[in-house]
Amino acid sequence: MSLLRIRNLSVDFATASGQFRAVDGVDVTLEKGELLAIVGESGSGKSVSMLAVMGLLPWTATITADEMSFEGRDLTKITPRERRSIIGKDMAMIFQEPMSSLNPCFTVGFQIKEALRIHMGMDRATRNNRAVELFDQVGIPDAASRLNTFPHQMSGGMNQRVMIAMAIACNPKLLIADEPTTALDVTIQAQILDLLIRLRDEQDMGLVLITHDMGVVAETAERVSVQYAGQKVEEQPVKDLFRHPYHPYTSALLSALPERATSKILPTIPGVVPGQFDRPQGCLFSPRCQFADEKCAQTPPVPCGPEQGRALCHHVDAIEAGEMA
Amino acid sequence: MHIADKFSKRPHDCGPLMLRYIFTRLGSFIPTFIGVTLISFMFIRVLPGDPIIVMAGERGMSEERYQEMVVKLGFDKPVIQQYWDYLTGVLQGDLGNSFVTKKPVWDEFFALFPATVELATCAMIFAIALGLPAGVIAAVNRGKFFDRALMSTALVGYSMPIFWWALLLIIVFSGNLGWTPVSGRLDLLYYFDDVTGFMLIDSVLSGQEGAFKSAVHHLVLPTIVLGTVPLAVIARQTRSAMLEVLGEDYIRTARAKGLSPTRINGVHALRNALIPVITVIGLSVGVLMGGAILTESIFSWPGIGKWMMDSIFRRDYPVVQGGLLLIAVIVMIVNLTVDLLYGVINPKIRKR
Repeated sequence: MSLLRIRNLSVDFATASGQFRAVDGVDVTLEKGELLAIVGESGSGKSVSMLAVMGLLPWTATITADEMSFEGRDLTKITPRERRSIIGKDMAMIFQEPMSSLNPCFTVGFQIKEALRIHMGMDRATRNNRAVELFDQVGIPDAASRLNTFPHQMSGGMNQRVMIAMAIACNPKLLIADEPTTALDVTIQAQILDLLIRLRDEQDMGLVLITHDMGVVAETAERVSVQYAGQKVEEQPVKDLFRHPYHPYTSALLSALPERATSKILPTIPGVVPGQFDRPQGCLFSPRCQFADEKCAQTPPVPCGPEQGRALCHHVDAIEAGEMA
Repeated sequence: MHIADKFSKRPHDCGPLMLRYIFTRLGSFIPTFIGVTLISFMFIRVLPGDPIIVMAGERGMSEERYQEMVVKLGFDKPVIQQYWDYLTGVLQGDLGNSFVTKKPVWDEFFALFPATVELATCAMIFAIALGLPAGVIAAVNRGKFFDRALMSTALVGYSMPIFWWALLLIIVFSGNLGWTPVSGRLDLLYYFDDVTGFMLIDSVLSGQEGAFKSAVHHLVLPTIVLGTVPLAVIARQTRSAMLEVLGEDYIRTARAKGLSPTRINGVHALRNALIPVITVIGLSVGVLMGGAILTESIFSWPGIGKWMMDSIFRRDYPVVQGGLLLIAVIVMIVNLTVDLLYGVINPKIRKR
């Protein structure tokens, strides 16, 4: 039984100008203790699909899925009360902006102990000890006195450590990290990533890392899922993906890495992710793809087999054979 | 959490800064204070009517006696001189004596003040106790029936003239239904000495059976009348502040922790939404003082509102001047307290 299993997940938002599909038929599978990275540009539906799993989307969102289960429990059918007993305990999430993700009116100690009280039913003394222990674990110095500080009295990196401590407080089986390092300094980024990997190893929890940074992916992940405009366009183990990307979007993302640049000018992908009003008829990447032809513009592609990274492209074989230069 | 240990725990944003802030604010009271003395002094003299004639009543008085009174009350001096005399008196703590009762304004004020405080406090508690939850529930159910019903009711409550609302309630509840008395603070059946001046407390202390119940009965209608406008303002302000806070990232974090909606809305969101709500509560105290004048007059409530009203009709200059000044000072102190509360509610604000 997989820890997390999602089949054909779609999320639609009701907006003033009609329906907008933010996630379109995404599949995700994660085993216990596994590390999956979901990569893509802003607006590719990475966060939304994971917020759907957590049940944190606003009421304007409509979630449809053939299957969305956590440890075999169907997340589409559970009551709000049952969901609340899972999220924050077995399934936890940390967010992009640590400074605004913590409540400014309460001490960080209060905020971390709150989760311990409702999910673990610990008494006051036990909660306090556990909070100190968690702060030590995530590398917050002087843990006991830090419990009494407010979020605005600490740096962004420290706040993100608090967020992580809060998320792992009840020993979750799945941790979803939504761009946990985007708002932080580069030096702090590496520390936070190391911390997440270490905690994953120590606690044998599944980790989903949402990021738009291929560098982060290369350093950390085991398996990578590339999303574009709400669709999964490719999925491979990290080494294979870097060695041999099948989808033109993945190749373009990789060649945009400064480390891989061959000329002085960094290659970019022209254009932006399609929005509500300029959604292409066929392949969603076709307007920006250097290989796109008539077929791509007209017909939506179907995924290739696992040996070709389930790439969502008409021309995988042709590109590989070098016929589409 | 106590204010004291909040300020003392962290050395970098504690005592001295806070004290300096309080003193700066107190300093800014001085021009306001002088302004109020000037306005109240001018205001009462601009009104037509002569206090000496009013004092003489229907019998009138002789010309010699009239001149005697003009000199006695100092009206023969230039107005500037009169104002100066008044201001120096005030600065020495002397608000003068009432023309009518001859008693010091201070004494009259403090004899009547508890009645107004009792009424205003009950009205405020009524407004907060109903307004806060109503605003929270409306925000959580935004756009649904409860929200719309509540917000239109609040608008009606806010726009309704106080005196008309009071008369309406008296007709229905005192007149038609006979549930509540029409005026006063207590049935004539009961008598006991003032201990605190607050009828609710004194009636219990007196040990007389039924006295407390009678005091409560007398309080109900004035409380509702006086509390209606603040209630509407607080409910609307709470709703809009909550709507803003509910979109914040930390609310998503709270939900991700698996907290119940009650806890998210009532603890995590409300605490943050309180800042603007506390502001309007502070401002409402000023409105409440104005409302008290009407409400007390309608319900014959023996407080400073009715006292002010009567004094205006009697052209009792020292009382009107002194009363206005004291009310202004109270409003200023309440608003200073509110400013200090910001830092207690949201520690981030204290950093400045």
